[in-house]
Amino acid sequence: MIIHGRTLHPGTATGTPIRLTAPLSFWGGTDNQGRIVDAHHPQCGALLTGRILLMESGRGSSSASSVLAEQIRARTAPAAIILSRPDPIIPLGALVAAELYHLNLPVVVARYDELPDDALLHVSATPAGATITV
Amino acid sequence: MPTLHLTAEEEAMLGGRDGEAVALAMRVIVGQARISDAPRLVEITSAHVDSCLYHGQVSLDFAHRLADLGARVRVPTTLNVGSMDLIHPALVRDHELAAAGRELMTAYVGLGCTPTFTCAPYQLADRPGFGEHIAWAESNAIVFANSVLGARTDRYGDFLDVCAAITGRAPYAGLQTPEARRGTVAFDCRPLGEFLHSELAYPLLGHHIGSVVGDGIPVLVGIPADVGEDELKAFGAAAASAGGVALFHAVGITPEAPSSVEDLPVRVVELETLQHVRRELSSAVSELDAVSVGTPHASYDECVRLAELVVGPPLALPFYLSTARATRDRLADNGVLRVLEAAGVTVVVDTCTYVTAILSPTWKHVMTNSGKWAHYAPGNINVSPILGTLAECVASARAGRVVLDV
Repeated sequence: MIIHGRTLHPGTATGTPIRLTAPLSFWGGTDNQGRIVDAHHPQCGALLTGRILLMESGRGSSSASSVLAEQIRARTAPAAIILSRPDPIIPLGALVAAELYHLNLPVVVARYDELPDDALLHVSATPAGATITV
Repeated sequence: MPTLHLTAEEEAMLGGRDGEAVALAMRVIVGQARISDAPRLVEITSAHVDSCLYHGQVSLDFAHRLADLGARVRVPTTLNVGSMDLIHPALVRDHELAAAGRELMTAYVGLGCTPTFTCAPYQLADRPGFGEHIAWAESNAIVFANSVLGARTDRYGDFLDVCAAITGRAPYAGLQTPEARRGTVAFDCRPLGEFLHSELAYPLLGHHIGSVVGDGIPVLVGIPADVGEDELKAFGAAAASAGGVALFHAVGITPEAPSSVEDLPVRVVELETLQHVRRELSSAVSELDAVSVGTPHASYDECVRLAELVVGPPLALPFYLSTARATRDRLADNGVLRVLEAAGVTVVVDTCTYVTAILSPTWKHVMTNSGKWAHYAPGNINVSPILGTLAECVASARAGRVVLDV
């Protein structure tokens, strides 16, 4: 199965998906180990590191871009982030990590509802467009 | 999808005419403009920078990269809270964080930013006017600037704020454009009746409405005409934390509110709902270790009211007040600071008790008057909050246990 999407930040990644049932703010919502610590989030405690994060959008704090950029630097970030609608703050973290460290975490907007939760996903995002392959 | 059009001036900035720092900042602005489908950039009149709050090595790496490249801000730029109280450094327990926090705050001042170190820049004398395009980051500052002042900022993240300050530009997208500023759902608050005159109504309403609308634009109906900026601050901060609210309208109160909500879906807010929110944001215990108020930073009026409340029987528990250094200066000038400190209130500036290691890690139950603090404190500093009014916070600190009026 191949799903096409829009690239918010380019890059490639492979990993297993983790599908969030509520939006998440990286700041206040995740710790520097890549774990969800937002006590109000239904998936509090889940580890995002290395996973293909599927979520509707980001939420809350403007500092989410810093927290994500720091996770990219420290290699505790998700492998890729797939959103169902564009979020201005998450790709900013990826953009700055690329400027500073030449590390590229793909951020994509795609309708991911049909993707299986238990299969390995491959994300390839270029400025021209993104594909997610099961 | 519209193509981004840059002026000749902007193309030159991107191409390096004004140096590599401006070019880097322009790459970030242009990248964001493309993500946001902006047709062009807009010139801004001020910036508020959230990036001076330390989030790890990346924070320092970015600020130092800009400084090394010779960056200077080109519009008046205020700074948000940092990870350090530069006036009371001994308050911060984590010395490593304090050192990094200080280094980062100093780096941003070096870029030409004004060392305001407050999350409530709208409490300062110079604040943007109606219709001004600005680039503010920090969720509560954004929602206040858009909603109460009628200035225009989109919901900017860290890094974009300082890049906007360095280039004087922001993407013309989102809440910079008039069409994105219309309300999306109305909330009829009239059934709340008298409760709307309680300060507690506003953090609870904010939390509830933020949870319901996400990043939509709520229109509040029935808010009393005499509601103050402090209540609107508390509402906006909670709505921005629980959801992604960056703009709200209150009919008859805020400058861009519609006169009619006939064309919007309407939700009715019942007292029962807010009582439920209060229980959700409060642990059901009577034991209490400390009180922390002023998130976002307490205004001058709130500090004066606190000073009035703390005169009398002594406080039995540690009591923290977070405010801006400019507000603290005013309080010092007229003796209010002395009253607060004599009563045992620890005044914290430049930072906030839920982003910096100030409270003791052994404290489990901490009371606050802020919906935003109550929302973030469990994840950030591992405490169970109790939400109350300022008067309830003082009464509880005196009694050494949770005391609520209702």
